[in-house]
Amino acid sequence: MPADAARPGRLRRFLDSDIGWSFKRTPAAWLSALVLFLLIASAFLAPLIAPQNPYDLSQVFIDKAEIPPIWSKDGEWPFLLGTDPQGRDVLSAILYGTRVSLIIGFASVVVSMGLGVTIGLVAGFHGGRIDNLLMRLGDTVLSIPTLLMAILVSAIFRELLPPPLREPFAAVVLVVSISLTNWVQYARTVRASTMVERRKEYVLAARIIKVAPSRIMRRHILPNTLTPVMVAATLNLGLAILSEATLSFLGVGMPITQPSLGTLIRIGNQYLFSGSWWLVVFPSLQLGLIVLSVNLLGDWLRDALNPKLR
Amino acid sequence: MHEDVTTLAPGLDRNPANGGGMSNEAILTVKAASCRFDVSLPALTRLISRAPRRILRAVEAVSFAIPRGTTFSVVGESGCGKSTLARMVVGLQRPTEGSLRFADIRRGDGTFGPPRVQMIFQDPYASLNPRWRVGDIIAEPIRELKLRSSEAETGIRVGDLLEVVGLSRTDATRFPHEFSGGQRQRISIARALATEADFLVCDEPTSALDVSVQAQILNLMVRLQKEFGLTYLFISHNLSVVRHMSDHLAIMYLGRFVETGPAEQVFNRPRHPYTRLLLETIPDVEKPNRERRPMSGEVPSPISPPSGCAFHPRCAIAVERCRSERPLLRNDGEIRLACHLA
Repeated sequence: MPADAARPGRLRRFLDSDIGWSFKRTPAAWLSALVLFLLIASAFLAPLIAPQNPYDLSQVFIDKAEIPPIWSKDGEWPFLLGTDPQGRDVLSAILYGTRVSLIIGFASVVVSMGLGVTIGLVAGFHGGRIDNLLMRLGDTVLSIPTLLMAILVSAIFRELLPPPLREPFAAVVLVVSISLTNWVQYARTVRASTMVERRKEYVLAARIIKVAPSRIMRRHILPNTLTPVMVAATLNLGLAILSEATLSFLGVGMPITQPSLGTLIRIGNQYLFSGSWWLVVFPSLQLGLIVLSVNLLGDWLRDALNPKLR
Repeated sequence: MHEDVTTLAPGLDRNPANGGGMSNEAILTVKAASCRFDVSLPALTRLISRAPRRILRAVEAVSFAIPRGTTFSVVGESGCGKSTLARMVVGLQRPTEGSLRFADIRRGDGTFGPPRVQMIFQDPYASLNPRWRVGDIIAEPIRELKLRSSEAETGIRVGDLLEVVGLSRTDATRFPHEFSGGQRQRISIARALATEADFLVCDEPTSALDVSVQAQILNLMVRLQKEFGLTYLFISHNLSVVRHMSDHLAIMYLGRFVETGPAEQVFNRPRHPYTRLLLETIPDVEKPNRERRPMSGEVPSPISPPSGCAFHPRCAIAVERCRSERPLLRNDGEIRLACHLA
């Protein structure tokens, strides 16, 4: 099917389906989807729409330092949300920072989902010792507090990387450390549905004609376990963004040269008591808005896909 | 994976004396096959609670042979081991003891080799992958076994198969949930035929269907048997379903055959008390008000079967000997029977 021919029809079909009907009828769902869409679009269009590039030193002027938001007495155009002590525009920093946070959030969801789904499929399909081994490994990971684990992993990676590589690879280290703690949830979800599916007769029918186990897992079982995974992934996106912000806030995440929302909040926090409240409030509001819309969307998806609640 | 169970070195186990007549040639020979499952508690728990090992005897020393082109039916209540037997025949379950051997056969297209075995399942709602289109479901064995060289040929074959089972070629693009139970069972049959199967194991293929649809599916299966020379191993709990299509009949109770023989002989003159009990529960149109004893009791646990004859706790005519001594299968003409008294 050619993609361009299917495109307009696909949106139509989505809106006409059961899910689409529930989507249209749930204001929380389409509102948060709209907000999320605007946030994502503005973050990725940051180089085009931001008043300045806060990390290009030729655009930053130290005499514009610590200007309050535009609606206060000392506000100044074009610094809508004010500037920081180095003269950087807070709105631009937030847009660039959101982009970093979202990329790390999405990447850790994709990586932890890939890891968790694979482990869950193998454990659920083979059962027995392999299942025991993998699931006890998951239990062990879960027994360590998520944040502690992430700090540990990122500390180890930091030590392993030579100093000049630490800053460019900070995002990768974050993604790996968040993923290594988050995969367990996907693995458990997929394992549970795999154990149900592998006993179903369509799987037996495939086994009779001697389809290879890896193919049965990929082509038969995986598509039938993905519904709960999609719900978990959406809810986890909020969690991953928060984990990243927490790690950056604690100083083990993104460096000041590529700040994420968490880094901005950490920096702003230092100026909170000197009266520059806008440095910490606006990045925090942005973070809260992202996580809230993601969670509302996830909650709706969970209910919409649950046949018992229809 | 189960190659050693389902295939056989050429020539072995084939009797040259009756090798000429195709109808006499056994396509499947089962010799004293048993299947037991270890359902004990985990070793440590067992040690602490001093519980013994528990072995579930699903199938015990079952022997039979199925001549090519005939239907062999196995009848019994739930939990008597018929499904385990079916799973052993298709290679999903290894026999703990004994052997199942398929004889090499010469097919209509001139090829010679082990028969292709396929299974039709009980639940047409679980036997088709809900995410796959019907065309892909039927084409899967063709693609897996590389029976056609191109996608175009595969598509034509799928269309032909859909027509053979009474559906339309255009149904290939639809999803299983768009079909009724009977239509789904037709799709399952088309899929089984896609491998050019010679031997079909049917595990209660009609028990999930309406009575009117049951008859359609059974008639389709009889028609296909004539058309393609198929051999059926037909599993059912319902004697009236197997009556009009069986050549041979085996009555199973708690993992063992209690009576086997040509279907008409067993139906006309049931000897084992259990067979009689099963036959009495079939409603009769001609004698709607005849006295029917209800089937009493349940199948005992196959983990701790009763001593002696497994059927004695439910048997109306059981005597002391039945409690202590297990009756062996003995020949009585073409019938084989395991009962001290009948």
